[in-house]
Amino acid sequence: MINSLFLINPSGEMFLEKHWKSVVSRSVCDYFLEAKEKALEPEDVPPVIHTPHHYLISIYRDKLFFLSVIQTEVPPLFVIEFLHRVAEMIQDYFGECSETVVKDHMVMVYELLEEMLDNGFPLATESNVLKEMIRPPTILRSVVNTLTGTSNVGDTLLTGQLSTIPWRRAGVRYTNNEAYFDVVEEIDAILDQSGTTVFAEIQGVVEACVKLSGMPDLTLSFMNPRLLDDVSFHPCVRYKLWESERVLSFIPPDGNFTLMTYHVNAQNLVAIPVYVKQSISFFECGSDGRLDVTVGPKQTMGKTVEGVMVTVHLPKTILSINLTATQGSYTYDNGTKLLVWDIGKLNPQKLPNLRGSLSLQAGAPKPEENPSLNIDLKIQQLAISGLKVNRLDMFGEKYKPFKGVKYITKAGKFQVRT
Amino acid sequence: MTDSKYFTTTKKGEIFELKAELNSDKKEKKKEAVKKVIASMTVGKDVSALFPDVVNCMQTDNLELKKLVYLYLMNYAKSQPDMAIMAVNTFVKDCEDPNPLIRALAVRTMGCIRVDKITEYLCEPLRKCLKDEDPYVRKTAAVCVAKLHDINAQLVEDQGFLDTLKDLISDSNPMVVANAVAALSEIAESHPNSNLLDLNPQSINKLLTALNECTEWGQIFILDCLANYTPRDDRESQSICERVTPRLSHANSAVVLSAVKVLMKFMEMLPKDLDYYGTLLKKLAPPLVTLLSAEPELQYVALRNINLIVQKRPEILKHEMKVFFVKYNDPIYVKLEKLDIMIRLASQANIAQVLAELKEYATEVDVDFVRKAVRAIGRCAIKVEQSAERCVSTLLDLIQTKVNYVVQEAIVVIKDIFRKYPNKYESVIATLCENLDSLDEPEARAAMIWIVGEYAERIDNADELLESFLEGFHDESTQVQLQLLTAIVKLFLKKPTETQELVQQVLSLATQDSDNPDLRDRGYIYWRLLSTDPVAAKEVVLAEKPLISEETDLIEPTLLEELICHIGTLASVYHKPPSAFVEGSRGVMHKRLPARTGSGEGTECPDVGNAAGGSAPEAAPSIIPSQGDLLGDLLNLDLAPPTTTGPTPSTSGMQMGGMDLLGGGLDSLMDESEPLGGDIGGSPAMGAGFGAAPTVMPASLNAPVGGGLGDLFDLGGGVGMPMGAYIPPKTVWLPAMKAKGLEISGTFARRAGVIQMELVLTNKAMSVMTDFAIQFNRNSFGLAPAGPLQVLTPLGPNQTIEVSLPLSTVGPVMKMDPLNNLQVAVKNNIDVFYFSCQYPISMLFVEDGKMERQVFLATWKDIPNDNESQFQIQDCHLNSEAASNKLQGSNIFTIAKRTVEGQDMLYMSIKLSNGIWVLAELKVQAGNPNYTISLKCRAPEVSQCVFQCYEAVLKN
Repeated sequence: MINSLFLINPSGEMFLEKHWKSVVSRSVCDYFLEAKEKALEPEDVPPVIHTPHHYLISIYRDKLFFLSVIQTEVPPLFVIEFLHRVAEMIQDYFGECSETVVKDHMVMVYELLEEMLDNGFPLATESNVLKEMIRPPTILRSVVNTLTGTSNVGDTLLTGQLSTIPWRRAGVRYTNNEAYFDVVEEIDAILDQSGTTVFAEIQGVVEACVKLSGMPDLTLSFMNPRLLDDVSFHPCVRYKLWESERVLSFIPPDGNFTLMTYHVNAQNLVAIPVYVKQSISFFECGSDGRLDVTVGPKQTMGKTVEGVMVTVHLPKTILSINLTATQGSYTYDNGTKLLVWDIGKLNPQKLPNLRGSLSLQAGAPKPEENPSLNIDLKIQQLAISGLKVNRLDMFGEKYKPFKGVKYITKAGKFQVRT
Repeated sequence: MTDSKYFTTTKKGEIFELKAELNSDKKEKKKEAVKKVIASMTVGKDVSALFPDVVNCMQTDNLELKKLVYLYLMNYAKSQPDMAIMAVNTFVKDCEDPNPLIRALAVRTMGCIRVDKITEYLCEPLRKCLKDEDPYVRKTAAVCVAKLHDINAQLVEDQGFLDTLKDLISDSNPMVVANAVAALSEIAESHPNSNLLDLNPQSINKLLTALNECTEWGQIFILDCLANYTPRDDRESQSICERVTPRLSHANSAVVLSAVKVLMKFMEMLPKDLDYYGTLLKKLAPPLVTLLSAEPELQYVALRNINLIVQKRPEILKHEMKVFFVKYNDPIYVKLEKLDIMIRLASQANIAQVLAELKEYATEVDVDFVRKAVRAIGRCAIKVEQSAERCVSTLLDLIQTKVNYVVQEAIVVIKDIFRKYPNKYESVIATLCENLDSLDEPEARAAMIWIVGEYAERIDNADELLESFLEGFHDESTQVQLQLLTAIVKLFLKKPTETQELVQQVLSLATQDSDNPDLRDRGYIYWRLLSTDPVAAKEVVLAEKPLISEETDLIEPTLLEELICHIGTLASVYHKPPSAFVEGSRGVMHKRLPARTGSGEGTECPDVGNAAGGSAPEAAPSIIPSQGDLLGDLLNLDLAPPTTTGPTPSTSGMQMGGMDLLGGGLDSLMDESEPLGGDIGGSPAMGAGFGAAPTVMPASLNAPVGGGLGDLFDLGGGVGMPMGAYIPPKTVWLPAMKAKGLEISGTFARRAGVIQMELVLTNKAMSVMTDFAIQFNRNSFGLAPAGPLQVLTPLGPNQTIEVSLPLSTVGPVMKMDPLNNLQVAVKNNIDVFYFSCQYPISMLFVEDGKMERQVFLATWKDIPNDNESQFQIQDCHLNSEAASNKLQGSNIFTIAKRTVEGQDMLYMSIKLSNGIWVLAELKVQAGNPNYTISLKCRAPEVSQCVFQCYEAVLKN
């Protein structure tokens, strides 16, 4: 099982170590640092590294490396999943996951890690359970604690830990009972030069924020559940009922959680909300090139496309650029050669356009590669797959909760090839 | 207020300050001090000097303080064992605390203090906690057993903790079950043969119940444990699959992949025609696709596993090509894996899409990725014949880009395309030649030289091209040098008039100026060949090349099977069996997939996981030594340098030598590599074939000149006309007494490749019989009726009818004892009757059972000697020729015959309907009625049955 965890910042400094079995020397990380040196980008460090006595499994997240050391045959996915949980836990407790935050809450992070694993076996990874054992810091609580001398650590046995619904804490009480669901869809797509869809799919997720007293039993139904043939659920969802009736029936965890993720990859169902006309060309002789990009709405179902942003990794040999945008503004970092054009809201009457010249370093050959365009966008109040929530029913409790559903469509990995 | 304040120090020195605070009377101050200590510890500062002061804070009812002290203890107890003893009492006391949280915390922490002295005190509290009324304490205690085992395995066994742990598998609480399984799995890893996880249908049921209720992590442990179980039959297998499938929709990818492992393994046992089998296949695709939308690290592990799954069952993902398309910001390790899978999934149906993608990738930034993409195009051409033309034109387009590394990769793959489709795409050679100068990598240069040599007759200036390479001959890598040598010799053989000078130059460069033995020896061989017999040289050098196979990088099937059993583990990431890399893998067991179509031994093995070294359920594919290997051997023969150095030493004696060199050399090679004769060297038949060895013959070739294999090869089609297959006489299988008047006798036969069951049904009762039907129980070779029993007219009293029932071998498989036992049920209007009969295994011998000689040699060698069994056939008066003919009638093919000291050795091969090969060596001595037969087979169980067939065939 998982032996140790090291948190490493991008410059290679280890700023936290935790061992669940015997202590493993820090020097084991040298193999990792070596691999990191070799990789061009921090993202490119291989996730599984074999050293003479250990295996190093790492993830790169929020500009930090989470590196775990294992000694025996352990499913690597198990380790990777766990490392992501650690990152999520830090995010959840302290609002962000960064080196500063971890350093500021060193002892609490350490206590949390101790609760998450025992001898390398996962112990409590549900945020509901953890929060009951170790309360997240708030300004009010730290003041109260200093005054009264009480601690952040709960001292009663958690009912949730042993019941068949370990994800929900007992005795929840709210004055305002509310249940909100966000249906978020991300479009992953690759378009080729001519704008034809090479590949497109939708990654959907239903995020829930449920603040209901007692033990509510919820049933969420969709207008068109047939859309969803590939789903994964939070453990609280009763799978049998989904299989037979296509409804989500569950006793929710308290607070924020991901109820379900789904996946629509039938090509005809994936609408592409924008089109991009682009040309990036370099002149055969000379050291100049031109860039011309126009973005326009395509299948938007009558909604406005906002937050449009185009990102281009320009070739390394570019020396400088001189562009004009008819809408929004662009930034260009000559170090990373990253061009970001922030357009904002898309106006169908007047299409935004970015054009101008690129100049290459003197004597550099015509770049061999074609840079791809990465598109970002957002559409409020629309799930692009057409998924709609029908109704939410609650059983088991008497009060009437506030209910709400919000839809949003975003671009995931949305790329246009040139 | 943050913890960073804990790092501030004062002038007096940190440790001193902390010590004072730890001994403070105020609770709050104490706690703050301990926090400071812990903070220092987490960043790797040494605060062990404070040990006694921190331990003093342990006696408290403040849970947070207690936990903090425990954290400290776990870290430093090892370095201060004597001090740690001080803490023992508190632990023991805490284990009795009314609060289960404290009991659990105490037992958990105690296990983490890796000090021998403490473990002794741990035993009693642990025993109590394992039986605690609170499941939280039990679940914590279960893990503690694993900790203790890690420190002192003997102690755990002596104290009987392992048995208690096993009992916990039947605990009422699913978390306890999950933790017990996890602990046992970890312990079992260091005790591969301990049978700790002795799974039976009852415990499996318990696990499946717990699976639905425990945490996601527990599910992983349980699923991994389930994967080690081998169901008794396909029904149990199906029911487990049904209960595992919901896990495919879990949000945790590790759960999903573990479930995939269980399903992939148990699916193996389901009959393919079952509806459920198809449903299951369909259900596997979406979760695998979903894994690819997760974080890149998860994707990587998923892709490595999908690579295995695609090789084992390509049908699962064949429609999902698009999800493997590469996005430009995928990390490089994901890109390379996706590319691999794309090629594996490439087929005629999707090749256009794939090629368009690959062409796109070939213009990306990352050099490694681009190279692999170009290579992939070549692999597509070789894999999907219909696409070859398009691939070649894509490659030509890429060559036009003039990007150096793209051009080089393209040339390397075009060489392979030429090999695969000779005389089809040579029109592109001109384009290739234009790029000669830009090639700077050995592999690309060698490929280009090979192309020039191979097509020398079509390239006008081939000699100039090759000559240009020759200038820097000594600076080239060996690969290029060897290729250049061969290419020039080819050129010379094709255009002898103009290139004599060139060939002399290269031969002398290779033989005189090079110190590379491979190069030198190949040079000598060519030299000798050319100088003695150019015609023979032509035949050797310009011989037709065997076609290259489609998939060169497939994982070997037995390894693949083992890896499938390890889906989701490190082994699946490395594509190596765990024994190959897991540290301290104390005899890691080899896992095998359960058998469906094999001879059935897999299904009844109590634990397939333990069947290490056992025979593979399906006959493993024989490893065919490629022509290349033999040639390689030939070239590596270390010849003594000839005494003459002139380029044309063509005396008649030399000519003889040259001939013998090859003739004898080849034979002797064959002899060395064939284990059939054994004592060839000493046999008088040796050396008689060829005349005296010429004086310049290298010593190493002197002894075994001519010989056995020459004889073997001469046999050719010398086997006489085949006779009909042996059919045993009919016997009564079901006496009328037992079957209410129905008597059944019958036999089995193989006619024109169809297995027939020939039945004689006699009605000895007083009433008419109708509505006949027949069914077989599962049997070793999957025999099943291929059609209904054709008894159309009612069978009147005292009537007899002969029916022949065609059989297929695709029915369900179960190992029977004896192997060839068949249980049959026959139904008529009166009742259902059961009987069993034994069939001669010879009816399973298929018509294409004749092995290639080389394959035979290699296979014979490859099968371990343990699998060889010897039998005597007594009182048989046939000569070897007649025996061979007779056997051929029953699809026992004689591949070769050799006569040694009046004893005929017949080498024979048999292929069973389920793909098992049996190799046989039959010794027949003239005048001796007793034959000796040795049988070699990867599934030695069948040997006895095969021997019975030999006996039956030969004696009838």
